[in-house]
Amino acid sequence: MGKAPSDVETAAPAGPLIEVAPAPHVLSRALTTRRMMIDVLIALAPVAVASVLVFGWYAVLQILVCVPSCVSAEAILTRARGKRLTLTDCSAMVTGLILAFSLPATAPVWVGIIGSFAAIGIGKIVFGGVGMNIFNPAMVGRAFVMMAFPGALAAGGYVLADASVPVLTHATPMTEVFQRSQDGGAVPADLLASLFLGNTNGSLGETSALACLLGGLYLCIRRTASWEIPAGAILGLLAVAGLDNLARPESQWTVLHHVLGGAFLLGAFFILTDPVTSPLTPAAKLVFGAVFGALVMTIRLFTPYPEGVMFSVLAVNGISPLLNRWMVPRPVGGPVPVKKG
Amino acid sequence: MNPSMGGAVGSGTFARGVHPPQRKTYSEAAATEVLPLPPEVAVPLLQHTGVPCEPLVKAKEEVSAGQMIGKADAFVSAPVHAPCRGVVQMFSVATLPNGRHVKTIPIRAAGEQLAGQALYDDVLGGDWPRSGLGRYEPGRIVEAVREGGLVGLGGAAFPTHVKLTRNESRPVDTLLVNGCECEPYLTSDYRLMLEAPAAIVCGAMLAAKACGARGIVIAVESNKADAAERLRQAASGTAVRVSVVRTKYPMGGERQVVPAVLKRRVPTGGLPLDVGVVVINVGTAAAVARAVLRAKPLTHRVVTVTGAGIANPKNLLVPIGASYRALIDCCGGLTDDAVRVVAGGPMMGFALGSLDAPVTKGTSGVTVLTTRDVTRIEETQCIRCGRCVDVCPLHLVPTRMAMASRYKDWELARRYYLSACCECGCCAYVCPAGIPLVQLMRTGKSQMPRE
Repeated sequence: MGKAPSDVETAAPAGPLIEVAPAPHVLSRALTTRRMMIDVLIALAPVAVASVLVFGWYAVLQILVCVPSCVSAEAILTRARGKRLTLTDCSAMVTGLILAFSLPATAPVWVGIIGSFAAIGIGKIVFGGVGMNIFNPAMVGRAFVMMAFPGALAAGGYVLADASVPVLTHATPMTEVFQRSQDGGAVPADLLASLFLGNTNGSLGETSALACLLGGLYLCIRRTASWEIPAGAILGLLAVAGLDNLARPESQWTVLHHVLGGAFLLGAFFILTDPVTSPLTPAAKLVFGAVFGALVMTIRLFTPYPEGVMFSVLAVNGISPLLNRWMVPRPVGGPVPVKKG
Repeated sequence: MNPSMGGAVGSGTFARGVHPPQRKTYSEAAATEVLPLPPEVAVPLLQHTGVPCEPLVKAKEEVSAGQMIGKADAFVSAPVHAPCRGVVQMFSVATLPNGRHVKTIPIRAAGEQLAGQALYDDVLGGDWPRSGLGRYEPGRIVEAVREGGLVGLGGAAFPTHVKLTRNESRPVDTLLVNGCECEPYLTSDYRLMLEAPAAIVCGAMLAAKACGARGIVIAVESNKADAAERLRQAASGTAVRVSVVRTKYPMGGERQVVPAVLKRRVPTGGLPLDVGVVVINVGTAAAVARAVLRAKPLTHRVVTVTGAGIANPKNLLVPIGASYRALIDCCGGLTDDAVRVVAGGPMMGFALGSLDAPVTKGTSGVTVLTTRDVTRIEETQCIRCGRCVDVCPLHLVPTRMAMASRYKDWELARRYYLSACCECGCCAYVCPAGIPLVQLMRTGKSQMPRE
């Protein structure tokens, strides 16, 4: 400190340049945000394969529409805010894929585009960009197009008489259940197998429970998704479905059908586990998942909607900050003592 | 709360924490060498938690090795001593690695000095009895410890005599000697346990006598099994037990090692003393033995100089006040790709801004990291992934506390118990977004208004 200039020239030793920074000086290289998003893309691969196998060209088109739309939406809208682009963290691609999987195969191209812009714009950018949103962006986009263009999202409640692909002529399993529970008809015996493997109708991503489970377990093992969330979701669903089974034993639609059917597994493993919109602590994540599962069952049983995943995701996203607030974990050694006097 | 007789009743581990690569192989096989005495040492007047010392000598005065040269009258303080014979120079100011400016007493070495093996034997070698220690009264032990200027050698540098003074309202039943050394790279405690286990055992028994503890346990991480064995042999026939605990960071923290070994939780904002435990470092225990049995003060300590950025990593016995430059030069100097010189270990150590800073009583090691060791992740938005929550050993929510500190939301910071954070670094270690969590929390703690 305070050397004369001549001292500096003769006294400064040659050697490496040493930097000063705060601790910790070593960091775990295991994970970055980008790596986590890439994990989600990898985990969604089985779901993509299953949807292409069942729906063919329709699935490919939907994915090709939604993913670039989401990426461009993020690029355009982030620029409009004057902020730096962070497209390389792949979160927009994930939103695009999930949105594609939650739309029915026959949804028109413009629905995908508008849904993508709504998802990114209203679901993410408006809140401040990645990490700041309260609601899952893909679900916001889905809700937007569902409210705005209900007729275009036909597979949820209608049967297409003139479709070329045979499977599209059937109602989705959930619609069938709803109709049959009204009429009192029997449930086909091989339904469980087709729910598991995926040769049924439904939105693009919901058909194959096996694909969702494979991808979801990969995410949990990689610690990209917290296992407490799908575990809680399954428990919550089982609780309400179990109660319903006890109350109406004549219904052949068992608890297992409910777990494997519809978009529940897709929602529990991929949509609900979005870290931005889920709580921070393990206990709160369990409660978060359980409320979701119970809500899905409640919507399926007691409302005219055959599927309740989208609404349930948005609802529990809304209470996630409340769960964080109510469930602050107790430090080891107890809370900070209040000083008296 | 049941007073334990000192046996390990805990599970040997604690929840959460992280497993950074241990990197002990750089220096664990290097037997402790004596640092050649540098021409000048600068003894800081504040190298402990508490009140700084006032100088007892003046410039140009001759001092002998071990002479007390600084003292404070306050209870929570520790005197400082000259590590070598020589002449006092003009008082100076040094910047310690933690950023504090402290007054130092420089001493230019002159005259005959103890060196090499003779110095080593004087500090750590020789005979350390296992029995016959009952004749030392607690008051006498505490007095010797105070006069010797002993402070915690584990890093916090708390005056040891304060820890060992009996307090009627807070009885102590167990002395826990901390040989965990959970920081990566550091091996100074490990070498001490291998080379001078008798000194540690002897010092532990004296310290237990002073504070009134009936049970004595030495905690060692499982990656130092040979050191644990040596300690067991040295302690055979005594009441001292050795407890091997899981190798995990931050096992050496008192809020982790006390529950792991004794199954007692240290209250937030409190001390191990609140649950009847006194924790001292193995190096401090050896210094207690030296202070009581040989009436010698704390003037030297073992420091590990290690890392990929140092040419020849070593464990050195150094005089307090030697500059970091002297230590690094003794080890062959820095490599060309050295990029960070850290006082302490990589998880909690302070990066040095100048190599001319003096080694203090709390310096356990110098870790030199290269460009390959130091990871730089670009800081991005927190996506609330919760990994920091998954690893925090105190069960806090680091992301909330850090963001509250950044945006100065003190009500939120209090709700998440910001002042309970021990700054261990586990959260920042795993954060995928590269957020400087510890730095934010440290800033928040200092800026948070007192209630």
